[in-house]
Amino acid sequence: MDTIKLTIDNRAVEVPKGTTVLKAAEQMGIKIPTLCHFELNGLALKNRPGGCRVCVVEIAGRRNLAPACITECMPDMVVKTNSYRALNARRTVLELMLSDHPNDCLQCPKSGKCELQALAADMGIREIPFQGKLSQYPIELSPSIVRDANKCIMCRRCESVCHEYQSVGAIGAVERGFPAVVSTAFGKKLTETNCVFCGQCVAVCPTGALAEVDNTGKILRDIANPDVKTCVQVAPAVRVALGEEFGMPAGSIVTGKIAAALKAIGFDYVFDTDWSADLTIMEEGTEVIGRLKAYLAGDKNVKLPVMTSCCPAWVNFYEKFYPELRDYPSTAKSPQGMFGATVKTYFADKIGIPRRNLVCVSVMPCVAKKYECEREELGVNGDPDVNYSITTRELARLIKICNIDFKNLPDAEFDSPLGVSTGAAVIFGATGGVMEAALRTAVEVLTGKTLPRIDFEEVRGLDGVREATIPVPGVADLKVAVVYGLKNARTIMEQIKAGECPYHFVEVMACPGGGIDGAGQPYHHGDASIIKARHAAIYEADRRMPLRKSHENPEVQAIYKEFYGQPCSEKSHHLLHTLYFDKKIKFDLEK
Amino acid sequence: MDKIKNLADLRKMKESMQGRMSMRENSDSSEAIIQIKVGMATSGIASGAKETMNYLISELDKRQIKALVMQVGDMGYSYAEPTVEVTIPGKDPVVFGDVKIPRAQEIIEKYIIGGELIEGILPANYRSI
Amino acid sequence: MAVKMHILVCGGTGCTANASRDVIAALNKELEAHDLTDFAKVVVTGCFGFCERGPIVKIIPDNTFYTQVKPSDAKEIIEEHIIKGRKVHRLLYVAPDTNESVSDSKHMEFYKKQLRIALRNCGFIDPENIDESIARDGYAALGKCLTEMTPTQVIEEVKKSGLRGRGGAGFPTGLKWEIAAKSRVGEQKYVVCNADEGDPGAFMDRSLLEGDPHSILEAMAICGYCIGADKGLIYIRAEYPLAIHRLQVAIKQAEEYGLLGKDILGTGFNFEIELRYGAGAFVCGEETALIHSMEGKRGEPTFKPPFPAQSGYLEKPTNVNNVETYANIPVIINKGADWFASIGTEKSKGTKVFALAGKINNVGLIEVPMGITLREIIYEIGGGIRGGKKFKAVQTGGPSGGCLTEKHLDTPIDYDSLVAAGSMMGSGGMIVMDEDDCMVAIAKFYLGFTVDESCGKCTPCRVGNKRLLEILTKITDGKGTMEDLEQLKNLSAVIKDTALCGLGQTSPNPVLSTINNFWDEYVEHVVDKKCRAGQCKALKKYYIDPEKCKGCTACARACPVSAITGTVKNPHVINQLDCIKCGTCLEKCKFGAVTIK
Repeated sequence: MDTIKLTIDNRAVEVPKGTTVLKAAEQMGIKIPTLCHFELNGLALKNRPGGCRVCVVEIAGRRNLAPACITECMPDMVVKTNSYRALNARRTVLELMLSDHPNDCLQCPKSGKCELQALAADMGIREIPFQGKLSQYPIELSPSIVRDANKCIMCRRCESVCHEYQSVGAIGAVERGFPAVVSTAFGKKLTETNCVFCGQCVAVCPTGALAEVDNTGKILRDIANPDVKTCVQVAPAVRVALGEEFGMPAGSIVTGKIAAALKAIGFDYVFDTDWSADLTIMEEGTEVIGRLKAYLAGDKNVKLPVMTSCCPAWVNFYEKFYPELRDYPSTAKSPQGMFGATVKTYFADKIGIPRRNLVCVSVMPCVAKKYECEREELGVNGDPDVNYSITTRELARLIKICNIDFKNLPDAEFDSPLGVSTGAAVIFGATGGVMEAALRTAVEVLTGKTLPRIDFEEVRGLDGVREATIPVPGVADLKVAVVYGLKNARTIMEQIKAGECPYHFVEVMACPGGGIDGAGQPYHHGDASIIKARHAAIYEADRRMPLRKSHENPEVQAIYKEFYGQPCSEKSHHLLHTLYFDKKIKFDLEK
Repeated sequence: MDKIKNLADLRKMKESMQGRMSMRENSDSSEAIIQIKVGMATSGIASGAKETMNYLISELDKRQIKALVMQVGDMGYSYAEPTVEVTIPGKDPVVFGDVKIPRAQEIIEKYIIGGELIEGILPANYRSI
Repeated sequence: MAVKMHILVCGGTGCTANASRDVIAALNKELEAHDLTDFAKVVVTGCFGFCERGPIVKIIPDNTFYTQVKPSDAKEIIEEHIIKGRKVHRLLYVAPDTNESVSDSKHMEFYKKQLRIALRNCGFIDPENIDESIARDGYAALGKCLTEMTPTQVIEEVKKSGLRGRGGAGFPTGLKWEIAAKSRVGEQKYVVCNADEGDPGAFMDRSLLEGDPHSILEAMAICGYCIGADKGLIYIRAEYPLAIHRLQVAIKQAEEYGLLGKDILGTGFNFEIELRYGAGAFVCGEETALIHSMEGKRGEPTFKPPFPAQSGYLEKPTNVNNVETYANIPVIINKGADWFASIGTEKSKGTKVFALAGKINNVGLIEVPMGITLREIIYEIGGGIRGGKKFKAVQTGGPSGGCLTEKHLDTPIDYDSLVAAGSMMGSGGMIVMDEDDCMVAIAKFYLGFTVDESCGKCTPCRVGNKRLLEILTKITDGKGTMEDLEQLKNLSAVIKDTALCGLGQTSPNPVLSTINNFWDEYVEHVVDKKCRAGQCKALKKYYIDPEKCKGCTACARACPVSAITGTVKNPHVINQLDCIKCGTCLEKCKFGAVTIK
């Protein structure tokens, strides 16, 4: 490979051709501050507009300062990252940014996690010499996301993920000059746009301009209410990430501590979404088998591929962009939804209270789940199956509010009957997990034989698109694909539209790596190693489980016997399956 | 319209177009070519200045002499209409009187081509704008 | 019988706005009424440049130059000039210095020092008639390149001519073509014409496109031949409807003649041209922003490299040149690089078109050889300062440029001397200011433009320029401090140093150049709270001279805020705290007693 020799801060360095000054300096232990620059290595997320200009450095012979983040190293370049000229410019640029910022750090949802705040602290900003007009934008609340454009620094990270990674394009820069800001087209509400509420914009926003809707207050009120019982379910990806919020290394598995913390907070029943993930496999797996068998039998009306439907942002995506293809995805509700439907019927009956007196809360790695909770079809007469959802980050705050020493908390078990799960359910939290869990069950059901192996390594990994052919002896070669990122999902939808989709079964997750990097997880600030650690932890948790196939879950078997009868029975169709709607956004420019 | 098939065609076309533009071209570089002004006030027209001018234009064109023929108002020589002022580059303007077609021919052949002065030159007594 | 007279009428935007279309109709009507259609014809041309006095009518062959012609003048022009050869004296241009009317455009000071290369056909041919263009060597250069020269030879010729980009930065055109030619050989490439002219008061490109569209099309095809592109795109702002119309007509005619399209002149070379419309954002004149806008994206610049020659429109190698740059190309090919290089200064060859505006007698479009002095432009071509006022400064380079003063008047102007003097060539706006102009207010005006036109992508331009403008406003409001002046300097330097694109990097120039050249005026605003030009409203103070005041009470009755007190027949007084400086008292006073200090 071609290499380039240059000098940075009086030290010689050799880097591969194409390396930026920022990366070259990083190799030497020189940390040049950045704000707009963002790259989640290996996970397809990047933003390099070179717009914020806090990373400017001085390069000998150059007329002006150069942005380190996008300036490539050139032979014999002489770079100064801390010359007075560069430092003065960097400070002035930061002061300018702060001169149009509300600076209400104490009340800001990002306080302590804000990259702008951290940079101001590092640079020792004590006063802002510029007084002038402050941008004034209304704050917008949606079911999932709070948008406070006053805090937008035009880094455009959100725009990049929304456009390039998700191919949604709900938000982008509008206006020009000083009023320029990231917003929706024509200032519409997010619900009126193509937004799918994946929340990746929140996950990458360096400031408090984008945040999740906070439901922690509701939880405390409901727990204190003597007239209701509260139950909580925890999604698989939460257990490999929550520890980060308490200073534990990324990838720590804290399942037992979560159960203990939720009990300490005061929930009456602490259950596990993993239980309903196993239930999902029973329903969705049965649907896949049914559709596959019909297809193999020559039924021309069968729509293939079956697509997973547990990611709520993905559901929003096909309802908004491909409503005409909405009978391809499985009708199975998400694990959160199945849990809610079961708790508000079977479990409420069991403990003898009306469903309205049982509050069901979910802890999710996701902000789109908040939107899912508000879907009318996922409730009965205005009483939602899941009353509301909180993110991993909100749970961490709740634990702190409740004076719980999470790190030193002894493990506890989830409550029964909706607390037992298998390894197949845990891996729902990572891309490829739903596929693998489904395969563990479906292949056994189709062949009638116990699997010789449990791990389907071919569908694992962190590439955005993975495909595999799974031989099912005596039935067919099952062609499957696993994708994350809605841009990749769009490619598959276009293949279906063109009649060229080669797959039988496709798993789609909106977020990079699946739930482990859901938008509700602790902020990774662009550190891909955190995602990789969570990914590894998910499969470790799977390995540790005594049962690793959904159909072996005794409490799932029990509820079929006791309540649902068979997978895809009439009752399960009524409670565990759903409908999708045409939500295509039509912009009427005349209005 | 027919397509222009090659460079030679284009050049041919340019030449054929040149006629319609030559007047503008010539007026643009008027100092460098022969200028002929024909007095075209009512009295000039009555005494045949139009015919003189038409003759001058077609004759010069025929002989491929680059010249700018323009009409001007009354030159003040009512007794000698039609009057024609000829300016050869580098020389003072000369005004000829009673320029009907035969004298016009003489002006072209003798004064413009031959450079000799001929009869009928009028004294300069005005300043034209 | 052949037509013996041509009546050229300007059909540029300026004269059209002054109803030249009605003049054209009236002239044609009169020609028909007098049965003279065989004898004389009306030709609608592009801009003559003398926009100050439009509509312009020029009679050929005698070069009579009529100004401010109204439709009602048509009858007299036909009956007197066309029929009887008598000039209509009242319509002739009157030279401001001698007060004499000038009959022949060749004798007008405005044209004497001009050298029209790019504008060679403007005001000369009918831009909607390709035949007239061909008669003036239109497409001859393309034919020569395609049949007699290799692309490399053409590029060498352009390099040898010394032509530099006329859009502002002055990058050598031949070199630019060479880079694009060598980039990703064999791939789809694009030739782009940047017609997104946006400097306040500038209309060079518009006039060129309106007056001579074929030269631009021809040059783009030549460029396509050189770099290996078969597709050209003209990015033009939608607010130039006439230029767009002329281009559409020209493209259609060129296609019909086979001078654009497939197998041009039987050489196998293909080239087609499309128009792309911009919404009029100044930043879209920046080539990367322009390309994004053409792609349907938000018009904002990206970091270079990659340069458009490496990755431009649709990520393909793209050559972007300005309209005026292209306009020079056919002449260079036809007359040779040596001829072109003989004009101008050592490092800046050829001519430059300027839009001359401001406090000057002859406002209009001019083309002058590089190396001419500002004094020649302002006092000879421009006819001096309007109303005999004193010259103060001239702003070149638009919002990216700077203000030059008296001491720069005799500097021969070219790309490098203007930069050395603290301004820049820019695309060719030239605005003259006199003693009544406040330099702080001028800086504020240009900065206000940049603040409006910034795309908002980078912090220094988005927020920094806004803050600069706020500080300037504070100063013109009489609230400035000396610290503010220091802040102006530091912030300007940082913006120049850190902004992403050319717009931001040059945006503080009007501030810096006025600070450098008119520091005293800034200090006066800050320390003495005084604006010597009387432009800064907040610093104006109205006084009533007690000697002159007759006590008529007219001012007190008219004052909208009752700031004037006094009794009948006694001198009145303005209460400075209440005064809103509206100037009503000044208008109302019949005795000249109200003065501004």
